[in-house]
Amino acid sequence: MSETPELTPELTPEQHALPLGFVRGEPVLERPEDLYIPPDALELILEAFSGPMDLLLYLIRRHKVEIVDLPILPITQQYMTYVDMMKELKLELAADYLVMAAMLTEIKSRLLLPKPPQVEEEDIDPRAELVRRLREYEAICEGAGHLDAQPQQERDFCVVQTGSDARELVKQLPPEVSLEDLVLAFGKVMQQAQLQEHHHIHRERLSTRARMSAILDLLTQQSRVRFSDVFDTSEGKAGVVVSFLAILELSKEALIEITQVDAFSELHISKRQDQQSTVTEHA
Amino acid sequence: MHDQQLKQVIEAALFAADEPLSVDQLKELLVAQQISKAKIQTTLSALQQDYQNRGVQLQQVASGYRFQTRTELGSILAGLWQEKPPKYSQALLETLALIAYRQPITRGDIEEIRGVSVSSQIMKTLQERGWVKVVGQREVPGRPQLYATTAEFLDYFNVKDLAELPPIPSSENAQQATATESPTAETATDQRVH
Repeated sequence: MSETPELTPELTPEQHALPLGFVRGEPVLERPEDLYIPPDALELILEAFSGPMDLLLYLIRRHKVEIVDLPILPITQQYMTYVDMMKELKLELAADYLVMAAMLTEIKSRLLLPKPPQVEEEDIDPRAELVRRLREYEAICEGAGHLDAQPQQERDFCVVQTGSDARELVKQLPPEVSLEDLVLAFGKVMQQAQLQEHHHIHRERLSTRARMSAILDLLTQQSRVRFSDVFDTSEGKAGVVVSFLAILELSKEALIEITQVDAFSELHISKRQDQQSTVTEHA
Repeated sequence: MHDQQLKQVIEAALFAADEPLSVDQLKELLVAQQISKAKIQTTLSALQQDYQNRGVQLQQVASGYRFQTRTELGSILAGLWQEKPPKYSQALLETLALIAYRQPITRGDIEEIRGVSVSSQIMKTLQERGWVKVVGQREVPGRPQLYATTAEFLDYFNVKDLAELPPIPSSENAQQATATESPTAETATDQRVH
């Protein structure tokens, strides 16, 4: 509230020449005492007051009176002028301010009305409730002041810690892994992976049996075939293997003879003459 | 364990801990050494004495004991950080003061005293900061929520309980509120410890 007086310039009697504004069609010539607010500053002031109670408390303090002796008539007038000026400036008036205005007007009108003589014993000051609220509000403002003055973390102090990394060290021990461990671990993983692998069964594309027949067929055309001629390298590894298996198979079944003239020389394959009759069965 | 050793352990623990430590927590830490609470208490007082004239102080707040920088140094130390400390609006402080001094309290009570509707933004901020929480509901139509302050609130404002806050004049309906103040603060502290 301390900033408010700075925004209210000194009043001089000559100042009320121009109407301040129009309230219910009536020009307002007189500025409310101590409450001239430059229009531009009004919005600022609205922020300076935290609500209608705050404004009311400010007005009462300007009158230098106790809250209990709430001078309802001048206060209501000033409050209304303030509210009307806000309307005049087409500010979006907080409903809360209007509620307070209504309350003040109600109290004012009740005070103005002559009291019916029969309700003397029920002589409750209509201001009492407002006074109670104002006093409570004043107490709370004091409390807010205390809180603001209280040492606050971030603003007035910060909590000191050594920033120990002990917890991190306890949590995760540095790994000591030798290359051997790594290899072993990898081996295990590979084993696992192999166990998981599906066993693929492929249909045999090259039949050993067919190759055996083909070799025997070749041998019927030529009695002796060079070992290397049996293989067709264009068939790739699988073809070579199948041919080799066929030769082994034929040899096992004693259908062919594998001969070699001398050490390290070319191998030759030839049909076994005596077993010729059984060949056709196998093929 | 020597007095000197005990002092060192407590000092080191308070510095190394992430949160303030209560006497109970310190006793738990020193369970093997079988140190009594009273012994811990006197050691803490001795430590407080040791730090009296230092830039760092041993402070007791709601959650326990912690080391913190001297409150007078705040404005100078602020130069260490780019961010400015938060400045709380009058409206927020009034709302917080109402909850602190008149708890447990409903939004309606706050509105009645302040004459303005309670800003949801303010209530959100207060709850996000962990200063205010719902402690129950008033058994009236609508069952409005009752708000109270937390141990975090006391920690932030550098006090160990609500009684440490400077007093304000009591209101007619404040008697009831004052009676419930301490239990509320205690429950908040208890929950914080776990």
